[in-house]
Amino acid sequence: MTKLQNPLAASLPGACPLPHLAGDRILLAHGEGARLTRRLIREILLEAFDNEFLRPLSDAALLPPSVGRLVMTTDGYVVSPLFFPGGDIGKLAVYGTVNDLAVCGAEPLYLSLGFIIEEGLPLEVLRQVVYSIRDAARLCSVAVVTGDTKVVPRGAADGLFVHTTGIGRMRPGIDLGPHRVQPGDRVLVSGTVGDHGIAILSAREGLDLGPTLQSDTAPLHELVRSLFESVIDVHFLRDPTRGGVSAVLHELGDAAGLSVVLDEPSVPLAEPVRGACELLGLDPLYVANEGKLVVIVAPQDAERALVCLRQHACGREAAIIGEIASMTPPQVLVRAPLGALRVLDEPTGAPLPRIC
Amino acid sequence: MKYVDEYRDVHLAERLLDQIRRTVTRPWTIMEVCGGQTHTLIRSGIDRLVPEGLRLVHGPGCPVCVTSLEQIDRALAIAAQPRVIFCSFGDMLRVPGTSRDLLQVRAEGGDVRIVYSPLDAVRIAREHPNREVVFFAVGFETTAPATALAVWQAKRLALRNFSMLVAHVLVPPAMEAILGTRTNRIQAFLAAGHVCTVMGYEDYRTLAERYRVPIVVTGFEPVDLLEGILMTVRQLESGRYEVENQYARSVRREGNLPARNILADVYEVCDRPWRGLGILPRSGLCLRPAYHDFDAERRFSVESVTAIEPAECRSGEVLQGLIRPDQCAAFGTLCTPDHPLGAPMVSSEGACAAYWKYGRSQDRTIPGTSMR
Repeated sequence: MTKLQNPLAASLPGACPLPHLAGDRILLAHGEGARLTRRLIREILLEAFDNEFLRPLSDAALLPPSVGRLVMTTDGYVVSPLFFPGGDIGKLAVYGTVNDLAVCGAEPLYLSLGFIIEEGLPLEVLRQVVYSIRDAARLCSVAVVTGDTKVVPRGAADGLFVHTTGIGRMRPGIDLGPHRVQPGDRVLVSGTVGDHGIAILSAREGLDLGPTLQSDTAPLHELVRSLFESVIDVHFLRDPTRGGVSAVLHELGDAAGLSVVLDEPSVPLAEPVRGACELLGLDPLYVANEGKLVVIVAPQDAERALVCLRQHACGREAAIIGEIASMTPPQVLVRAPLGALRVLDEPTGAPLPRIC
Repeated sequence: MKYVDEYRDVHLAERLLDQIRRTVTRPWTIMEVCGGQTHTLIRSGIDRLVPEGLRLVHGPGCPVCVTSLEQIDRALAIAAQPRVIFCSFGDMLRVPGTSRDLLQVRAEGGDVRIVYSPLDAVRIAREHPNREVVFFAVGFETTAPATALAVWQAKRLALRNFSMLVAHVLVPPAMEAILGTRTNRIQAFLAAGHVCTVMGYEDYRTLAERYRVPIVVTGFEPVDLLEGILMTVRQLESGRYEVENQYARSVRREGNLPARNILADVYEVCDRPWRGLGILPRSGLCLRPAYHDFDAERRFSVESVTAIEPAECRSGEVLQGLIRPDQCAAFGTLCTPDHPLGAPMVSSEGACAAYWKYGRSQDRTIPGTSMR
């Protein structure tokens, strides 16, 4: 097993041409640092990601000096199936990490890329994922500057796992976090909630919920950038992935020592997601998103923030869904259409579909 | 969304609430039988919007909650066997047995899978001829036709590696058991709409007359429940005890005849233990002798597995409507969704889970906000 940056890479003068050994599937030998590894790196990875930092294929990427503070994040992607309506593991691995940087107030710059590949994965599948990562990285203007591939025996992984680490540059003058959140602040969400989780569930279980059900996998850095460029004083930003909007608001409430009150009818929902949640007994507030923002601003900024979000394709259905309250102990409450308040409990593990 | 939005209409709901307030002149105690109804009531806050003297008590209609500990332990014993693929509805995976749950069995190497339909388990059995595929058939009259169809199909396909662990229970015997106790406080029922969709509501007439209780077959949306409550209190206030059907868009008097036919073909009525209620005579469904080859209890010889329910858990009294979940000393302390003592804290339809999830907040003005 070897690092992607094999120093013996590329063409040694006079070496025998490599036989076309690879066939059409990943073999353990692809991860053992020998010829197949080099071939994989050269023909698939370097070809897709070529840039001045990656090209030397050194053990680590040498990056230029940067002005201001750097932000770093890391995330593993283990989604099954690898391709699903609206996205794939490659897009997820880029956008997920880019979004983690963006919601901290950083402009994404560089990515590392790690693959853990199960022996026997069709080479074509890997190639499709690599192309998807390439396209997603271009869209976000981030460079893949270093990487690693490992191949594990059949059964030791589920096809393909991807790991990315992101480095971004902090925008000057940004102060985000639970310490900024005040009672009366408004809670916004940038669009329909639960799309990703329901799309994955339906792809995984073969539930046919109609062609309009798509994951919302999308990069959010431009949406975040326009919020800052509209001189909106954002107090708190987060992308509600696993655990959904509920998990983000519970974390915020605990950290800030404040409560959150959501207005249930204001939470935007795509019809197929609503239908699936009704059918399966799931609450969309607990379901994962991969292209949404939770934004918290002072009440006087809420309308402007809403207009700003709605100008973007991925923020068209943005809505003000609630408000921060001072009551303690911190809890997340939901006001039902008839006016009664209920507690939105913190999720216990993944939601399980109900019996009837 | 069609067939949903019209039954959540706020104006209609408010009008019904107003009519209920004007109809009620003294305290009444009504039980909603089905866990799905409990969740809507608490989620939408109807239980706190009706007049003060009108008590809504949560009934035994959650299939996960009433499945006996003994049957859960049998499921765990089968699921842990090496050649078995154990298929279940998602709800059952977190239900605690005596010492573990199905999720733990899976973590320890058991092949436990969530399916959405019993027919998926039949498909899995066809795809894995060298494995034993077992489906955990739990639920009331609502889920039983689908499990009956699964075993009927397995027999037709002559599948030798498919069997079912059957824990089906019937609603009317449980209602009768509640009415028959000396401590009973229930004066009327909102009957479970989906059970009646399958079985019809003829059986309830005897019950209504013998115990002089109004029974209103009721749906699951806020407007359904409010209308069902209104029909019930009108009967109570005028001294009537009839069977009425609020859920007419789904329920016919005779029920769903093809579903009833397949039930009768595959199952026969038997005695069955209920969590917290003990053994109720003629309250369950068991496979008929013609289907004994598909009976997992026989195939895996787990009939000898027995269990004692934990003493601190008062789920039996909760299921009978004798106490509210938050009146149990273990509620929220020893017993939470992370560490459930009894099934009503686990299931999405369980009364304890509903109280934990939705019921812990008081309706009041929230300081520091403009919200009511």
